[in-house]
Amino acid sequence: MSGNDNGYLVGSQLEKMFRAGHFAVTGELGPPQSADPEVIREKASLLKGLVDAVNITDNQTAIVRMSSIGAGTIVLQEGLEPVIQMTCRDRNRLAIQADLLGAHALGMRNLLCLTGDHQIFGNHPTAKNVYDMDSLQMVNMVTEMREKGIFECGDEFKGTKASFLVGAAAAPFADPIEFRPLRLAKKIKAGANFIQTQLVYDVKEFSKYMEKVRDLGVHKEAFIMAGVGPIKSPGMAKYMKNNVPGILVPDDVIDRMSEAGKKWAGKKAADLAPEEKKARSKAWQEEGIKVCIDLIKEIKKIDGVAGVHIMAIEWEEAVKPIVEGADLFPRPEV
Amino acid sequence: MITGEQKPLEEIQSLLGDAKKVLVLGCGTCVTVCFAGGSREAQILSSSLRMASKLNKQPLDVTDLTVQRQCEWEYLDEVEKEIADADVVLSLACGIGVQAIAEHFPESWVVPGLNTTFLGLPTEQGVWEERCAACGDCILGITGGICPIARCSKTLLNGPCGGSEAGHCEIDPDIPCVWQLIYDRLISKGKQDVLLELQKPKNWQVSRDGGPRKIVREDLRLISDEA
Repeated sequence: MSGNDNGYLVGSQLEKMFRAGHFAVTGELGPPQSADPEVIREKASLLKGLVDAVNITDNQTAIVRMSSIGAGTIVLQEGLEPVIQMTCRDRNRLAIQADLLGAHALGMRNLLCLTGDHQIFGNHPTAKNVYDMDSLQMVNMVTEMREKGIFECGDEFKGTKASFLVGAAAAPFADPIEFRPLRLAKKIKAGANFIQTQLVYDVKEFSKYMEKVRDLGVHKEAFIMAGVGPIKSPGMAKYMKNNVPGILVPDDVIDRMSEAGKKWAGKKAADLAPEEKKARSKAWQEEGIKVCIDLIKEIKKIDGVAGVHIMAIEWEEAVKPIVEGADLFPRPEV
Repeated sequence: MITGEQKPLEEIQSLLGDAKKVLVLGCGTCVTVCFAGGSREAQILSSSLRMASKLNKQPLDVTDLTVQRQCEWEYLDEVEKEIADADVVLSLACGIGVQAIAEHFPESWVVPGLNTTFLGLPTEQGVWEERCAACGDCILGITGGICPIARCSKTLLNGPCGGSEAGHCEIDPDIPCVWQLIYDRLISKGKQDVLLELQKPKNWQVSRDGGPRKIVREDLRLISDEA
């Protein structure tokens, strides 16, 4: 394994949490579409102490934002541990490796390897994409950087290696659905130490997926975190159900959200006075947080799940009640 | 085949500039079969240009001709005189034909009438789809004869991303998810084990990324560099 004397691959807070057998919690922080460090500090303050590490997205949804490593540096200064997200969309193998040397030098130790959303969805749809490698190849490359001390070309590091706890994403409900557990296994075989899944709302289907994952035995080779996220409104639930590939939203979740706003049923936003609109949003958001808490409690019972990844982008305030409500607070000392 | 699409008439007119004598040169091969730049299209475009120029009260002298293949010198030699006589040659060939004319007749001026689009095939009457990216290192032997380089929006080599839904690519419901196609085909042939093997990063050096490419076959050459 790695050259660390302490037995850890990299010794990050996240790795220690996994290795200690605690149910890990990660959050997500979306850098701003600006060069403002205060936005990062503010978001970091909302997550600090509640999560073991926080993912810093990399030009999420192909919209230009402050770089993941730049924002991650600020997050580190704030005393929160980042998980650097790195996509294959914007960088070739030279740029990925160079940026990772920098990230390691700046103290970052957790990495999530992603293929990246296609640029057509973002704010520069006429850009040339890169995709020199795919996420699996990146997982393999960064694993060999840490384990063998070599670059993708095979050359050895001249000095300190870039070592990361290597993460990968999984989409349990995307098509072809029968292939998804196998693809997860493939990512773990390629070197992934931890996995964060796409948003889970359908625990029954997720349990079936995890059963197949356990049959493959790979849940023992990597730490699998289920992706969860609070829903803000019944409309958002329906939108995700119908429009986002790979997300299943069962009717009972939609019903719970609708029920929470029952007092205002049938009313359009335009028909409501501002304070009523606020009250309705509040009722929906409270229920969204409760749904999320209930999901985490159910997911926690599934054998082979090592933690949850809470995606509450642009709603970081929700993380506190979720983590507390799911009895995941305070975070264990490791 | 190489497919192409005719540029909008306004763009073509602006490319012609102040030329008085225009030769619209069709190509009898790929762009003929994709109905973009054969003799029929050359004739129609010539008429359109003539009519438009009359309306603009700046009549153009437009003639049209079509050669078998604009991408070979010998076919271009057949129309050497017509090319020399024209102020501008409006080539309806792919980009190769346009460049062949510029290279072979440096005294003449040539502009493209088409946008060269891709290497593909007609999948039904009036529909063409991309099939090959000419990457220089064919992997069809492991992907069941279906190319993820040309047909996956992210050129993935290790299976479908999370944007595959009901057989479609998330970037456009009209685009089939090529990894779904590859998956189905490999399963049907009992070759699914290939899907579990890690495909290493591709060698893009033999693609365009290694610089413009050239093939030299000494066994076929009439004059060698040594001579």
